[in-house]
Amino acid sequence: MTTAPDGERGTTAAAPMSQPGPAMAVPPPRQRRSRRLLKRFFRRRLSVFGLVVLLLILSLAVFAPLFGSPSRNDFGAVLLGPSAAHPLGTDDLGRDTLARIAYGARVSMQAGVMATLLAMAVGVPLGLIAGYYRGWADLVISRFTDLLLAFPFLILAVGLAAILGPSLRNVVIALGISALPSFIRVTRGEVLGLREQDYVAGAVADGAGDGRILSRYVLPNAISPLLVQATVTVPEAIIGESVLSFLGLGVQPPTPSWGTMLSAAQTFLTQAPLLAVWPGVAIALAALSFNLVGDGLRDTLDPKATS
Amino acid sequence: MTTPVTVRAPQPSGDYPLLSVQDLRVRFATEDGPVFAVNGVSFDLRAGEIIALVGESGCGKSVTAMAVPGLLAPTATVTGRVLLAGRDLLELTPKELRAVRGKEISFVFQEPMTSLNPAFTVGKQIREVLQRHEGLSKKAAQARAVELLQLVRIPAPERRVDEYPHQLSGGMRQRVMIAIAVACGPKVLVADEPTTALDVTIQAGVLDILRDLRDELGTAIVLITHDLGVVADLADRVVVMYAGRPVEQAEVHELFAHPQHPYTNGLLGAVPHREQGVELVAGRRLAEIPGLVPALRSDPDECVFAPRCSRRTDVCTSRRPPLEPVRPGHPAACFHPGEAS
Amino acid sequence: MASYLLRRVGTSALVLLLASIVVFVGVRALPGDAAVALAGEESDPVAIEQIREKYGLNDPVPVQYFRYLGNSLQGDLGFSTRTGLDVSEIILDRLPVTLELALLSLLVGLLIGIPAGILAALRRGTWIDNTSNAFGLLGLSIPNFWLGLVLILVVSVQAGLLPASGYVPFFESPVANLERMLLPAIVLGTGLSAVLMRQMRSAMLETMSADYVRTARSKGLSERQVVLVHALRNSLVTVVTVLGLQLGALISGAVITEQIFVIPGFGKLIVDGVFTRDYPVIQGVALVTVCGYVLVNLLVDLTYSFLNPRIRVSGGAS
Repeated sequence: MTTAPDGERGTTAAAPMSQPGPAMAVPPPRQRRSRRLLKRFFRRRLSVFGLVVLLLILSLAVFAPLFGSPSRNDFGAVLLGPSAAHPLGTDDLGRDTLARIAYGARVSMQAGVMATLLAMAVGVPLGLIAGYYRGWADLVISRFTDLLLAFPFLILAVGLAAILGPSLRNVVIALGISALPSFIRVTRGEVLGLREQDYVAGAVADGAGDGRILSRYVLPNAISPLLVQATVTVPEAIIGESVLSFLGLGVQPPTPSWGTMLSAAQTFLTQAPLLAVWPGVAIALAALSFNLVGDGLRDTLDPKATS
Repeated sequence: MTTPVTVRAPQPSGDYPLLSVQDLRVRFATEDGPVFAVNGVSFDLRAGEIIALVGESGCGKSVTAMAVPGLLAPTATVTGRVLLAGRDLLELTPKELRAVRGKEISFVFQEPMTSLNPAFTVGKQIREVLQRHEGLSKKAAQARAVELLQLVRIPAPERRVDEYPHQLSGGMRQRVMIAIAVACGPKVLVADEPTTALDVTIQAGVLDILRDLRDELGTAIVLITHDLGVVADLADRVVVMYAGRPVEQAEVHELFAHPQHPYTNGLLGAVPHREQGVELVAGRRLAEIPGLVPALRSDPDECVFAPRCSRRTDVCTSRRPPLEPVRPGHPAACFHPGEAS
Repeated sequence: MASYLLRRVGTSALVLLLASIVVFVGVRALPGDAAVALAGEESDPVAIEQIREKYGLNDPVPVQYFRYLGNSLQGDLGFSTRTGLDVSEIILDRLPVTLELALLSLLVGLLIGIPAGILAALRRGTWIDNTSNAFGLLGLSIPNFWLGLVLILVVSVQAGLLPASGYVPFFESPVANLERMLLPAIVLGTGLSAVLMRQMRSAMLETMSADYVRTARSKGLSERQVVLVHALRNSLVTVVTVLGLQLGALISGAVITEQIFVIPGFGKLIVDGVFTRDYPVIQGVALVTVCGYVLVNLLVDLTYSFLNPRIRVSGGAS
């Protein structure tokens, strides 16, 4: 799953076709920036909707035990439709679908967030080194990135599953590795740009150490694009986890995961089609909520969209 | 009694303006409400004349220029009249307007580095306008493109015509832009800061070409600039703009010799040898005036320069100063006009 | 241009070499003894030692690597431990199936994504734009294998319009082939079209506000010429670069799509290989996939450099 930089933009301030714009003479004070950004974000109704859905799914994951046991079999209530006792029905072993969806949310959110954090933890330092020191370090890291990119996500994941065995941990590792190139590239690109900025040059002239310059001046300014990249990576990882689990290379039954639920539902497509609907809706909503929030963040933080 | 027949460039009768902009107003709809970019600009341009629109950035001069051939984004609301040889361009349908653009009125933009399409050769970009308006064949248009490159003094035009923009220097690209603009012999050329992005050494060459076009082809030019050196060098008449309003208008020698509006005085304040009028250092920028250009969130009934003005009195904020002659042929919108002492 | 070409080809060659090492090491890291796997689980130690000797498994690892590299370059990818068949032959057998699926999906993706992106950008803020954006977001968010399940359910099971699974070679019966390929191609193409649509839209928005588009308008060109000649050309150049990267997603998508629709292609081969622990097959498929992917991306880059005069025609400003 490759992530291409996507300059998607929503409503930007209307402006004439080029520079001769209306005079925006007095820039708003610096300390009001965060409030202004929040206002911009909340003006986008779709992004707010995404945020709400995201919070709902997160609370579903946190409060999963409230929805009952995901593994209690009831062979007297197999493949049932929605009812008061089972709002989303039951599966082939009589297990409550809602409870399994809730526990599946835990797996999905874990996989999505952990894989993204893993990719950031490795990718951001590599990108910083490549962009800041240039030279041979950049060369080595860039070739390493090319090498990673040469392995399509599923080929890599299948290979890793074969070597390490199928498990949630290994799914996270596979997803993290495939998300690595994007983070290296985004960070490297930002640092290359920031290096030329006056305040960085000024810090260098003042004799600040590399570590200080990177942590104080460079990294804080690269946060916006990294945040946007993270909101793109999480939904990809969520879908990636479901794909691997669906194929049987990820989370193993009986642990409930949206992917394994779909895999099991495949067998009963004609008898209980709804069984194949719920987990898919859950995956789509989870991914959609992150994508909506990501689009909102991009529009809010992208300085180009502000002009 | 016979009057001698005078031979002159094809143009309307002497006092009939070629381009007449009347009470032009431009408003932009933005996320944060309307912006009043241009508020009632009027000027006339005769054939072969060069008029300069001057002011700090954000004063509305570029928006005025772009409004003339209808090049503003759809978020702009333009009112008033823009009469080109008696025809109101604001009344034309998009299709009629396209027939005028590039043919009767053409544009040279500020950014030579980005105003040419990187994907096509210089020749193709010149041919395009010739094929569109003159109906030339590709071959004829190519031959004409070489001539035009020669006209704007590009060396080795036969070779350059097949090159891509990235192979040309900034100065050469701006010449190509001018070649495109004059390809169909327009009546009016609008040049928006044509030399701002160029090195000082190259600026003079581009200005010479503009002057020659006026002298040889009789092209009238609307020159947008904030460079007083360029104004003195090239313009016949000047409109000084501030916060979307015209604040003073005069013939160039008159303006430099007897500036009336305090804003104009401020602009000229740091310029040496004001008495000698046009003898200015090329490349000189407008002098810094304390204060900021106001955000154009409204079009208030008062003098918009008052907050920065040293001559301010109560009357300045009570009503809008009318643009009325304070010297012959020299209007200024100020309740306290006069040269700075 | 020449130096750019050389550099680009050199990088690709280096990446391929590194990738072959990764695949080689990866397969060595697989659990289980290759010799035992080759000889069969119940073989006696003597037989296993003979196998070890025969396949050079006692040689130093670098020697083994270069032999493997040499064999691979000659098209010898070993034999399947499951079926005993030549891995190269299996791959050649399965490759056209996946290529057909990929090409059809690419077609679906391009035919929907590019026009939708252009229209959305040109009609920005209208219902066309909103619909396209909704489609783009849903396309990014809906997992393609679920879309596949839903389509099977609705189109095949309930409406009975198209077969739910299977494969018929194109030259045996084009109609039966396309009937079975249509749903998979839609499933795989939809996600791609969503990405392409978003890319195309933002590229068009960017070029439509470029200075040279304003120049084109100031020349009095028709809006069609402005869009199709000046804006589209430059937007497509940006989208082409993205297309190469999207092929990785396409390959990944093919793996799972083939699984759902039971198509005997490349993706099914590797997944089956993992479940049957058929290491030579996994190794062969991984190697061929990576080579194909790197080479296609090289081609995309070369196309890009050809489309972009800044690279094609060197020679700076005087």
